[in-house]
Amino acid sequence: MNLFKDSDRSFDSCLKCTACSSRCPVASVRPDFPGPKQCGPDGERLRLKSPDFLDEALKYCTGCKRCEVACPSDVHISDIIADAKARYGKGNKFKIREFLLSHTDLMGTMTRGTAPIVNAVTKTKTAKVVMHKALGIDQRRQFPPYAHKSFRSWYKAELEDKQVFARNVSYFHGCFVNYNLPELGIDTIKVLNAMNIGVQLLKKEKCCGVPLVANGFHKKAKANARFNTDSIEQAIDSGSECVISTSSSCAFMLREDYPRMLGETEGNPHQQVNYITRFLTQEFKNGNKPELKPVNLRVGYHSPCHLIRSGGVLHTLSLLREIPGLQLHQLESNCCGIAGTYGFKKENYNTSQDIGEPLFHQIEEGEFDYIVTDCETCKMQIEMSTSAEVIHPVSLLARALDV
Amino acid sequence: MRRLEADVVVIGGGATGASVFRDCCLRGMHTILVERGDIASGTTGRNHGLLHSGARYAVTDGHSARECIEENRTLKKIAGHCVEETDGLFISLPEDGLDFQKQFVDGCASAGIETQVLTPEEAIRLEPSVNPDLIGAVRIPDGTIDPFRLTSASILDAREHGGTLLNYTKAVGLIIRLGYVQGVRCCDMRTGEMFEIYSRQVINASGAWCHEVMEYADLSVDMYHSRGALLIMGYRMNSMVINRCRKPGDADILVPGDTVSVIGTTSTHVEKDQLDNLEVTEDEVRVLLAEGSKLAPSMMDTRILRAYCGVRPLVSETNSSGGRSISRGLVAIDHAEKDALNGLITITGGKLMTCRLMAEVATDMAARHLGVTKPCETAKRALPGANLPEAMGRKTREARKTGYSLPGSSIPNSVAGSAVYRHGDRARNFMKEDSNWNNAVVCECEVVTRGEILYAIDKLNARTLSDLRRRTRVGMGPCQGEMCACRVAGLLASSREDGEVVLDSLHDFVDERWKGVRPILWGDALREAEFSYWVQEGLLGLSSLQKDEAKPLLEIQEPESEETQCEQEAKQTAQKDTHHEA
Ligand SMILES: Cc1cc2nc3c(=O)[nH]c(=O)nc-3n(C[C@H](O)[C@H](O)[C@H](O)COP(=O)(O)OP(=O)(O)OC[C@H]3O[C@@H](n4cnc5c(N)ncnc54)[C@H](O)[C@@H]3O)c2cc1C
Ligand code: SF4
Ligand code: SF4
Repeated sequence: MNLFKDSDRSFDSCLKCTACSSRCPVASVRPDFPGPKQCGPDGERLRLKSPDFLDEALKYCTGCKRCEVACPSDVHISDIIADAKARYGKGNKFKIREFLLSHTDLMGTMTRGTAPIVNAVTKTKTAKVVMHKALGIDQRRQFPPYAHKSFRSWYKAELEDKQVFARNVSYFHGCFVNYNLPELGIDTIKVLNAMNIGVQLLKKEKCCGVPLVANGFHKKAKANARFNTDSIEQAIDSGSECVISTSSSCAFMLREDYPRMLGETEGNPHQQVNYITRFLTQEFKNGNKPELKPVNLRVGYHSPCHLIRSGGVLHTLSLLREIPGLQLHQLESNCCGIAGTYGFKKENYNTSQDIGEPLFHQIEEGEFDYIVTDCETCKMQIEMSTSAEVIHPVSLLARALDV
Repeated sequence: MRRLEADVVVIGGGATGASVFRDCCLRGMHTILVERGDIASGTTGRNHGLLHSGARYAVTDGHSARECIEENRTLKKIAGHCVEETDGLFISLPEDGLDFQKQFVDGCASAGIETQVLTPEEAIRLEPSVNPDLIGAVRIPDGTIDPFRLTSASILDAREHGGTLLNYTKAVGLIIRLGYVQGVRCCDMRTGEMFEIYSRQVINASGAWCHEVMEYADLSVDMYHSRGALLIMGYRMNSMVINRCRKPGDADILVPGDTVSVIGTTSTHVEKDQLDNLEVTEDEVRVLLAEGSKLAPSMMDTRILRAYCGVRPLVSETNSSGGRSISRGLVAIDHAEKDALNGLITITGGKLMTCRLMAEVATDMAARHLGVTKPCETAKRALPGANLPEAMGRKTREARKTGYSLPGSSIPNSVAGSAVYRHGDRARNFMKEDSNWNNAVVCECEVVTRGEILYAIDKLNARTLSDLRRRTRVGMGPCQGEMCACRVAGLLASSREDGEVVLDSLHDFVDERWKGVRPILWGDALREAEFSYWVQEGLLGLSSLQKDEAKPLLEIQEPESEETQCEQEAKQTAQKDTHHEA
């Protein structure tokens, strides 16, 4: 099934300049990956002749979209590759794995109440071997721990009735905050409340669809897009100024991909979705800035691929610069390699770690107190592959309120 | 003067000449083919590539329609890797009405062409790019045919049966003695050498230029030269051929060919002295786009790769009532009977897709004169490459759509598949597991490998970059040679002694690519052209690489010379002059 409503003909504008291929993290570590130009615009012209021309190697693309950032012709290279995999691909032997890894909301729900057990089990050697052999999930991979209580139930119990403010925004928390890192959600509310802005949750939300798309579950992804769009619409109608997200990937999906998936390119509610740092910098600029105390830390900032693609890195950086006392070092831009669910698959583990290597090296050399980044899977990858602890920009900001 | 001998000399290496060449060789005649340029460099390389079902002529010319459907079926059998069974639609738009459709379906029925009348919804489902305003459609067995592949495969077969190909050899005169054509006087276009080929039969298959060859014998023919322009679109927009269901007109066929779609054509008369002036005009481009987008509206925002035109070799015949009529069918003239000049046969007119039939008719004539009794085999015998084993697919219609692969190979599908798509089972000759370097991709748009280039030089008589383009599609994609031209020039140079000639051929190639882009220089085509110019000129300094300056680049150290600068300059000028003469 096609992911996007209108078939993507952006490949027709490709200049054949190869800028994309020179920026592809996978091509630089895997000689058998022909790179974005050949897999994307070049390959698409062949695949229109016959699906026979689909190259197996397309599966190595992480969907990081660095190629799209480099492209001077606005070719949706990574979308074309993702679509081709789904449209022409002939299934694979790790169906169950793909399902488990991509249905993040379902997995979260299932672990509710059993989180301590699940966390303990996924750490055991036997479980790892079983997952590796039977499911194709690499045994060297660390699973993110599941939270004991989901963010949503926490909010309902503790925070909901405290959100009485003149101004309100709605918060698309996403799966990771809900099931793995409720602290980030709580920090977000803390920061916004300090700026006299109330935080509502969407009536209901489903996984934004990023992992579903990456694993070829396009039908489900579209259904989720429809569902979330309705929730967003409802939230705006009932008085929220906008919808914010603390995940750079969810935000990109909601804002940029939904309109094309649903074929609603005009007058859609998706323009009301903001990544949090964009919203905050705008507020700060308008003079709505909370009192901030010095945070005397030395941190390294890692820019996630999808935030680069959406042009959001500047917002995060200018936000971090507002924190007094912070020693901020911008790490050289380098994909961390995990790319969502990609790095969990055993056939990708080495590629994933090879891609991230230069980044890990920078981090170990830098002697930072923390690494700051906007993306949850970058966080997992860096924490697994280095000795650093990773924190979200908003949580850092929340500390400036406290200290 | 050098002197060669043969049973038959064929003049012209288009689809017709190549098919005659093959037919003669298969019947055991010792045959030489002379072509003044490269094979398929005339009209054969400048047409629409439609494997007619005959439906286009069903209402106006039943005879042609029957001829087409028969050859259509034959070529699908013998030339699997040169044709694609796409099927076609004849669509009626509101302005056409449905009246013609009835006549059309009846005409097809009496010519033996199968039809299937579709509702607009069914047509859109089959071919999503079609104009959604259509009010009716008929499905017919149109297909596509690659003229380069067809010509090249015929020539390969002929050469494997003892034939000799002399490309870049022009017939400049006929050797006539006592009312008998005894051979052909030739000129090697690269060296200027004149030589003679003595033969028992000359077959003139020089297409739109056949009157020139006839003039060598003081004969004349009333040719009507009809020029047609076409546009190549950036990708394969449609998967079925789309025609208008009305009386044939301008720009009413959109043909998917390989990785592109081609819209055409127009039809205007050209004078004999303008046959080699083939620049497409602004007006032609405008008509093609305006009419073409009625077939497939997305054409308006699709990039155009290039524009080109060709000249149809039509013969006008004086009919019984004294008026002139222009024949669309094949014209075979046995000059022994018509003009009492023995030893010369002219075969012209017709179509690309009837070339095999044309060859059969002409070769039958020659065989009769030469006393050869072996019958024609070309309708049954597969062309080299077309013998696809079951596993390589294309036995059934379904497999034909999805059979582009080398079974059991670990080479990426896009690379192995493209080789099989172009060369059929002959792809095995150069696409091998163990030759890593040979599988390196040289032309990325069309996925041509180093191995394929070397194979075309070694086995398919390619001498220049443009020859390689015709045999492999190198440089035919969206970048029009920006990336691959220099890579291929390098390969060509390494396989020949004369590096300088390669440099010339690189310049010719780039100029030729430019020529096609000039009429459509806007939008993405303009960006591409700018970028290519920047890479080839700005980065690589192409135009500063003159022929005589190439030497020092190739040699590491220049030998010490006592000559004064003046003397050197004189020498260089002299070198240039010889080049111009050749
Ligand atoms: C615009 C257009 C669209 C067409 N579309 C289709 C289509 O879709 N389907 C179809 O079936 N047909 C189509 N045709 C018709 C088809 O292209 C021609 O009928 C066919 O290619 C003619 O082939 P040929 O070998 O007879 O001529 P050519 O290909 O012209 O070959 C003649 C060769 O003779 C050589 N020559 C000339 N003089 C000499 C000499 N003195 N010495 C040596 N060599 C010489 C020339 O260099 C040339 O290569 C189209 C034609 C045109 C113009
Ligand atoms: S999305 Fe990333 S991995 Fe995929 S082709 Fe583009 S740059 Fe390479
Ligand atoms: S960067 Fe864009 S224009 Fe350049 S080759 Fe890649 S897709 Fe084409």
